[in-house]
Amino acid sequence: MYRTPGRVRAGGAGRTVAALLILAVLLFPVYWMVSTALQPRSAVTAAGLLPVSPGLDNFATALTNQGGSLLTSLVVASGAAVVCLALAAPAAYALARFELPGGRTVVFGALIAQMVPGIVVANALYSAYAQLGLVNSLLGLILADASLGLPFAIVLLRAFMVSVPSQIVEAAMVDGAGRLTAFVRIVLPMSRNALITAGLFAFLFAWADFVFALTLNTTDDVRPVTLGIYQFIGAHVSDWGAVMATAVLSALPAAVLLIVAQKYIAAGLTGGSVKQ
Amino acid sequence: MSTVTPGTPVNEADPAPTPGGGARTGASGGRSRRFPGWLFAAPAVVYMLAFFGYPLVRNVLMSFQEFTPRTYFTGEAPFSGLENWRAVFSDDLFGDALWQTLLFTAGSLAGQFTIGLGLAVFFSRRFPLSGFVRAVLLLPWLVPMVVSAVVWRRILDQDHGVLNGFLTAVGLSDGGVPWLSSPDLALLSAVLVNIWIGVPFNMVVLYGGLQEIPRELHEAAALDGAGAWRAFRSVTLPVLRPVITVVLVLGFMSTIKILDLILALTGGGPADSTQTLGTMTYQLSFLELDFGQGAVIGNVLILISAVFAVLYLRTDRGDLGRGK
Repeated sequence: MYRTPGRVRAGGAGRTVAALLILAVLLFPVYWMVSTALQPRSAVTAAGLLPVSPGLDNFATALTNQGGSLLTSLVVASGAAVVCLALAAPAAYALARFELPGGRTVVFGALIAQMVPGIVVANALYSAYAQLGLVNSLLGLILADASLGLPFAIVLLRAFMVSVPSQIVEAAMVDGAGRLTAFVRIVLPMSRNALITAGLFAFLFAWADFVFALTLNTTDDVRPVTLGIYQFIGAHVSDWGAVMATAVLSALPAAVLLIVAQKYIAAGLTGGSVKQ
Repeated sequence: MSTVTPGTPVNEADPAPTPGGGARTGASGGRSRRFPGWLFAAPAVVYMLAFFGYPLVRNVLMSFQEFTPRTYFTGEAPFSGLENWRAVFSDDLFGDALWQTLLFTAGSLAGQFTIGLGLAVFFSRRFPLSGFVRAVLLLPWLVPMVVSAVVWRRILDQDHGVLNGFLTAVGLSDGGVPWLSSPDLALLSAVLVNIWIGVPFNMVVLYGGLQEIPRELHEAAALDGAGAWRAFRSVTLPVLRPVITVVLVLGFMSTIKILDLILALTGGGPADSTQTLGTMTYQLSFLELDFGQGAVIGNVLILISAVFAVLYLRTDRGDLGRGK
C-alpha cells in the first residue's frame, strides 16, 4: 500500500489524465450546448465537433425572445431566496436554541415536506390560488417557489446554529439586548456562511423550477425562462441555435455560482440536500 | 367574553418574577419577555402549513370530489365517493404509468449510484486537479432539469442528433437510431439522461462519506492481507452503508416525482411509452382539467414516497444532517 514518492507522482498524473477524460465525456452535452449556440443558423444541422464560424447571432435571437423570461426568472428566484431566508433563519434559530414545545415536530415536518412532490402541491395550490387571485402573479410564483428551498434551509441553518456558542448570545443579552437584537446582531452575522449556502440553494431551486411555472400560470404574464425554453422548443424547433443559446443563458447562474461559490455548493449538497 | 378590569395587569411589559421564571439561565427560556421564542418560528410554521400541509389535506379531499372544468363556472365540486379512484384505476394507462415510473426510478437509481460510487472512489485518492474536476462535474446537477432535457433532446435527435452521428462515424450503427421517437427506446433514453443528471449528486455525497472513513480501517485490512477489492467489499461498503441508504432514499424520492425532464424530452410519448405517475397527474389535472382524478394519482405518489420517508427518517443520518 505504501508507495514511493515517485510512483505516487506517476500514478497521480495518470489519474489526472483519466479524470480529465471522465470530465470530457460527462460534460460533453454542456460543450455541445455552447457549441451549437455559437454556430450560425445555416450550420446547425450539419454541425461538426467545433463551431465553424462562431458568432453571437443566436444569443441576440435568444435575448430578443427570452430576455423578458430571464428577467422574470431573476426576480422570481431572488424573491424566493429572500422569502426563504426570512422565514428559515429565525425559525432555525428558535429550533436550535429555545427548546420550543413542538419544536421537534417542526423539524420532522421540514424533513417530510422535502418529500412532497411538487405536482401534488401545484394540484391543490392552483384552486386556492384561483380563489386568492394569485394565478399569473409574480407574488404567487415567488411564494410557491420559496417552498422549494424552505425545508432544506431550515434543516441546514438549524444544524449550523446549534453550534453558535450560546455564551456569546447570552453576553449580548446581559448587556441589555433583546432576543431579536441578539439574533440580528450576533447570530445572523455568525451564520453568514450557512445563510449564503441556504440562499444559493433556494435561488437555484427557484431558478430551476418548472412545475410551478407551468401550472400556476395560464397566461404569459409571468413566464420564467424554464417555461420559456419549454414553449420555445414547441414553437421554434427548427431554430436550434437560438434554443441552445437560451439554454446557455439559463444555465449561467449555475455556472457562475459553481465558480464563485464552489465551497458553499459542496457544503450544501452534503448538508442533507434534496434536489427538487 | 373576558373583560379586563382596570388594575388587573395582563402581560405587563415587565412582570414581577414568577416562580421558576426569573431565575432561569442558559440558552433556552430566560428572557422571553421582550420577544417570545415561538414568534421566531411562527412565520415558517404558518408558511409550511399553507404550502405543504394544506396541499396534502386538500389533495385527499379533492380525490373524492368531482372537480372538472364545470367547477370553474359553477364553483361547485360535489363529493362523488370513489368515482375518481375507480376511473383512474380502471384506466389502462395508470398501470402502464405505474410500471414505467418504477422502471424509470429503478433504472435511474442503479445507474446514478453505480457511476457515482465509482467516481467517488476514483476521486478519493489525492491527485493533481482532483478538486477542480470534482467541482466542475457538478454542473449537470445544477443546470435546470428542463434545460438539460432540451439539450439532450437535440443530442438524441434521430436525424440530426450528434449521438447518431457519432455512432455512425465509428461504425456502431448505420444511423437513425430512434432514441426518442420509438416507444421501445424512449424510456431507456429518459433513464440515460436522468442518470447523467443524477451522477454528480451521488458522487459528491458518497465522496463525503468516503472521506469520513478512518484511514486506520483500511490500513488494518491491508495488514490482514486484504486486496483492494476485498477491502472495498468488507470495509468500505459496510462503513458507508448509512450514507448509501441516504443517497438511495433521497434519489428515490426526487426521481419518482420527476416531471420536467420527461415533459421536455418526450412529452410522455411516443404512444405513452414515457408516461409516469407525475406526467399523468399533470395531464389529468392541468390538461384535462380533472383535478379530482389528478389528485388520486397525486395521493398514490405520496403513498409511495411515504414508505421511503419512513426509511429515510429511520436512517442514522450522521454527518449528513449536520450541514457541514
